[in-house]
Amino acid sequence: MEITSQQFKAVSSSKLKDAKLQKALKQAKGGFVVSRAKVVKELDNFEEIRQAASDVRDHCLAHLDSYLEEWERRAQEAGTVVHWAESYEELNSIVVQIAQDNQVKKIIKSKSMVGEETGLNQYVEGHGIEVKETDLGEYIIQQAGEHPSHIIAPATHKSKDDVSELFAEKHKRPRLDDAEKLTHEAREILRPHFLDADMGITGANFMIAETGSTVIVTNEGNGRMTTTMPRVHVAISSIEKCLPTLDDFALMMRLLPRSATGQVISNYVSMTTGPKRAGDKDGPEKFHVIILDVGRTRVLGSELRDALRCIRCGACMNHCPVYQNVGGHAYGWVYPGPIGSVLTPAYNGIENAIDLPNAATMCNQCGVVCPVKIPLPDLMRKLREKQFEKKLKSNMEHWSLRLWAYLALRPKIYSIVTRVMARIGRILGGDSRRIRRMIIVGQDWTKNRDMPAPSGRTFRDIYLNKMNKR
Amino acid sequence: MSARENILARIRSANKVAKNPDVIGGTAVDRIKAHPSSPLPTLDWENENHFKLRCHELASSLDQIDSLDHLPKAVNRYLNENDLPKKIVCWPEFADLNWSDENLQMEGRSAVGEDKVGLTGSYCAIAETGTLVMLSGEDQHATTSLLPETHIAVVSRSRILRTMEEAWELIRNETESVPRQVNFISGPSRTADIEMTLVYGAHGPYRVHVIITE
Repeated sequence: MEITSQQFKAVSSSKLKDAKLQKALKQAKGGFVVSRAKVVKELDNFEEIRQAASDVRDHCLAHLDSYLEEWERRAQEAGTVVHWAESYEELNSIVVQIAQDNQVKKIIKSKSMVGEETGLNQYVEGHGIEVKETDLGEYIIQQAGEHPSHIIAPATHKSKDDVSELFAEKHKRPRLDDAEKLTHEAREILRPHFLDADMGITGANFMIAETGSTVIVTNEGNGRMTTTMPRVHVAISSIEKCLPTLDDFALMMRLLPRSATGQVISNYVSMTTGPKRAGDKDGPEKFHVIILDVGRTRVLGSELRDALRCIRCGACMNHCPVYQNVGGHAYGWVYPGPIGSVLTPAYNGIENAIDLPNAATMCNQCGVVCPVKIPLPDLMRKLREKQFEKKLKSNMEHWSLRLWAYLALRPKIYSIVTRVMARIGRILGGDSRRIRRMIIVGQDWTKNRDMPAPSGRTFRDIYLNKMNKR
Repeated sequence: MSARENILARIRSANKVAKNPDVIGGTAVDRIKAHPSSPLPTLDWENENHFKLRCHELASSLDQIDSLDHLPKAVNRYLNENDLPKKIVCWPEFADLNWSDENLQMEGRSAVGEDKVGLTGSYCAIAETGTLVMLSGEDQHATTSLLPETHIAVVSRSRILRTMEEAWELIRNETESVPRQVNFISGPSRTADIEMTLVYGAHGPYRVHVIITE
């Protein structure tokens, strides 16, 4: 997928003014938050479980080479064909090659964020092969020609009215205005495709080394269809999705559905190991898994490595005040919200997503809800530091920070300067004690709001005064 | 070098540089062999009761019978109550029960798109989450619990386990190798992709009916 994260400021401004989107975001906001809070409470040792999950992910990353080799050996024993890809182009071309080798004309696809990264649909369609997204949310945005705005609720930016209009136009049927009827119309339209598609593509939430399996976690049943009905199944995943054992997977399943949708368990958890066995009446004849490394190994060796623990639940974005207000598209790439603000620059180059690590209030809601304890604000701070070191910010910002750092390291000068600034601030505030327009720096900040004026005395002065009185 | 070799080499050098933390320790082979369990929450309930409670929360309906001989009657009762067709596709293990006594038309085969009601057994069930566990096999068709609009599943009382961990342990002990697919099914298919409105029957069954037997 093409990255447009550099337009974050402009796009988020327009998203804030988009009344339709704001209505949709308001509707979604809180839904996941409330249901998550409820089901997390059921686990009386939630923090202990969360720590264990974080430790398992760390352990797996520390021995990732061995786990991937173990996984591959067992997968091959079960008859899975394993491919490795070092670029988006390579993954896409392996998929097309498999399709061509098997005379595939139609593909049904279950949700995959790796597929979004590589721009798989467009590539496959470019080779004359039909691709149908089958997750309802993904189907909606495919029909609309858009990208997902959330990793587990891809069409959350669309209102029911949008979907009504879209379906009426695309399905050429009378307009429906009920979520249930719309869902069942999509079911009716997609069912024949499940039955006659030649190939199914899924992602993989996890790859389990103990058994050489891939797992998908879904609610709709399209994932089961995709892994069972077509004669060829291709699962695409990335190296960090590996897990050591079935028990480790059980641990993750206590956290993933709870953190994602606020469910105790997702409806369908399907673990696939190899193609159809001798005697099986259903299941694909061929099963391929493609494992991607774009950016992952670079992150593994960097100070951002904790981000690789991510199990893609979406809790960080659900709880993010920035995401809740601008929506997922503003982030300009596959992963929105706090995890996107880390992964987007980490995978695409820090200079291609300058605003993202700064699009945070550092409230740490994301860090608190993350089921694998990724310290998201810390990682964003590290990216900010890197931006500074690489002089990627404007001269004004760069030198302002330099100046501030100079002062912060020299308490005496700092004290004098802040005293002067506090007094100037007071004068600028006038009788209303509000600064309506900043000069030199912060002009944008005061465009839409006033700055409360300082009282004229610095914190240090007030503190010192208090201490002396004692 | 191939992509595989390049990727593995990059992982090794990244792990050397960053000295990635590992409080668990040990090698990959050791952990796979020992597959240690992680901390569990307090599970202070009785398996069968909790399983039923969870089924109810997941919108699965429930019935129970003393022996498989009573299955045709129980199935017919459910179909009548819900005004469902009397033509059923089932796993072959159930095909020879006395279905004709209840005027039910039962076919033991893999399901196809036109089938409206599917009857399956289950390998085991999980009380913690109200989940049915199905292993695919020669006569355990994955399609039967997937394509029909109504899925009726028979669960043996003695195989209602506590947790997913226990299900994995049973699979390790009872099967030589994992089957092509292990499916954990928890209630009817659902989605909330349109304005967070919960709708049943997204792509899989609209209804799941669980019959507990001895």
